Amino acid sequence: MIEAVGLTKRYGVKTAVDDLSFQVRPGAVTGFLGPNGSGKSTTMRMILGLDRPTAGHVTIGGHPYRDLPNAPRQVGALLDAKGVHGGRTARNHLLSLAQLAGIPAARVDEVLGVVGLQDVAKQRSRGFSLGMGQRLGIAAALLGDPQVLLFDEPVNGLDPEGIHWVRNLMKALAAEGRTVFVSSHLMSEMALTADHLIVIGRGRLLSDMSVTDFISANSADFARVRVPDDRPEERQKLTASLIEAGGRVMTEPGGALRVTGLPLPRISELAHGCDVRLWELSPHQASLEEAYMRLTQGLVDYRSTEDAKAGLVEPPPQDAYGSTDGYAHPEPVEVPQEGWYAPPAPVPGRSPAPAALPSPAPAAEPSSAAPAGEQTSKDLR
Amino acid sequence: MTTPATPQAHQQAPDAGPPGPYESPIPIRPATLGDAVASEWTKIRSVRATIWTLGVMVVLMLTIGLGTALLVATDGGTLANDPVLGLGFFGVLLGSICVITLGVLTIGSEYSTGMIRTTLTACPSRGRVLAAKAIVFSSLAFTVTTVTATVVAGLQNLILDGAPASADDWLRGTVGIGLYIAALGLLALGIGAIVRHSAGAITIMIGVVLLPLVLALFMFADSLRGVQRFLIDYSIPNQIGGLYGTTMTSTGPSGWEPLLLMLCVAAAALGGAVAILNRRDV
Repeated sequence: MIEAVGLTKRYGVKTAVDDLSFQVRPGAVTGFLGPNGSGKSTTMRMILGLDRPTAGHVTIGGHPYRDLPNAPRQVGALLDAKGVHGGRTARNHLLSLAQLAGIPAARVDEVLGVVGLQDVAKQRSRGFSLGMGQRLGIAAALLGDPQVLLFDEPVNGLDPEGIHWVRNLMKALAAEGRTVFVSSHLMSEMALTADHLIVIGRGRLLSDMSVTDFISANSADFARVRVPDDRPEERQKLTASLIEAGGRVMTEPGGALRVTGLPLPRISELAHGCDVRLWELSPHQASLEEAYMRLTQGLVDYRSTEDAKAGLVEPPPQDAYGSTDGYAHPEPVEVPQEGWYAPPAPVPGRSPAPAALPSPAPAAEPSSAAPAGEQTSKDLR
Repeated sequence: MTTPATPQAHQQAPDAGPPGPYESPIPIRPATLGDAVASEWTKIRSVRATIWTLGVMVVLMLTIGLGTALLVATDGGTLANDPVLGLGFFGVLLGSICVITLGVLTIGSEYSTGMIRTTLTACPSRGRVLAAKAIVFSSLAFTVTTVTATVVAGLQNLILDGAPASADDWLRGTVGIGLYIAALGLLALGIGAIVRHSAGAITIMIGVVLLPLVLALFMFADSLRGVQRFLIDYSIPNQIGGLYGTTMTSTGPSGWEPLLLMLCVAAAALGGAVAILNRRDV
């Protein structure tokens, strides 16, 4: 159990962590989410007693880390993959940590096997790839077989197999009754791994709830309804009928209607009732990624600006709106349209996100652990 | 929830029992300073910097020690009034730079690689980590310096004849030198922990060794005579000379005094380092 109360860290005038209070419970994977520079790593360092909070405190099992008896046997941490002297072999690195914590040396070879580094144990870690370094860091965290585990961006640099392995490892560790606290800036990754989510932005707590609650609180399900393009009068008729039935209707740039507040069969009945043919009636769910983007929007410190060479490419056809990939568009309906579309930055800024997704996505399909799945655009066309 | 994991994950979680507070099957015992010393020994023996710095030091002390002795031997054959032991001075002075470098790197490399965070997570007691480093490094530096100084002194005495040296002279010229150089290394370790930057700390330490003499060279003015005298007396080369009984001046520390002085300075630096490490963010 990790408990933070009013945790605050200021560096000069910059407040990295601002009055953060949360609890991390055993037996579950708790995801710690926030954009880059939102204070995740600072919080992790304060949990481990490496940084001193400006105000507030954080305890593990009721003790501040530095007063914890047998701290390395109770808490294991992967802070950043580079917390290693590159001139030392993987085995000697782990051996020195085991000796420091009073852990039997035999455990070193055990964890080397667990992370799959036994073949390179005698190599200097300077030559390790990012993924191998990450595995070495995870080995160090597991060394004390601790009750509480902290992982700062554990999947950075791992290949899809490695990501899958880390995900299962976290779940297995939590299933044993351990406290597992994992930071990430990838919502999609957390959606597959975590049971509980703590979201921060600019050092402030934005959300602290289970993944299921997070989805229902932040999802923006809607139905997309499209009527034949050459029948604007039918569209108006249907719109009036839908509004009359209690639905909320918005018009998409492509001419389709975005309907909330009515189940799909009801929309179909209403259309049938007013004798309107439908070209499309499809359910849409906002993904966690979108919910997260919306939550942290405006709290992102490092946002890319629009690429100036955008003017050199031909504008995409207007009706590409509905048929492009699912990430760019389904917009949260509660939020005024302008809030989401007006700033030009978010859309190009998001382009890396889909690129990062394909690795988790395939693994997600068979996994029943993905409550909401990746997404979203279940267009029937 | 028993997620079908990779085989590795199964090894990690062979018996996913009912969710309750996890208890490790590995027996838990409190870690001690002895554990930290074992850890630091593993660290210091598993990096190349140790072999490089100490190896260069041994080579420097041997070649310079033997070289000076042979030079004197071909020139005349004897040192009329001085003990032969004093010839070890030049090799030790240069060798001390190597020990300083290793002392700084012992802590500085942890900061430059980020290893310090891993270390202080595995052992939250800053005092214990620094104490273990000091014990391991100073023992190593002491052993290597003493053995090399003894070998050099023995060889020089075989080559040359000089004024007879007492047992105390021999003790100071071997064990005393070993202790003094180890203490100088501890000062470097303390400075390294305080400034957290290897290159910066090494530069500071070289300045500490050389600057007083260089400054004193330029203090011609009569009004600065006292300062000049003090700088020469307490400069580190003169202190090493004091241990050998071949000081430049007659007013500086002599006999075992330089060692006491350096031990006090090193203890102060290490004490300050512990206090700062306890207060400062890593």
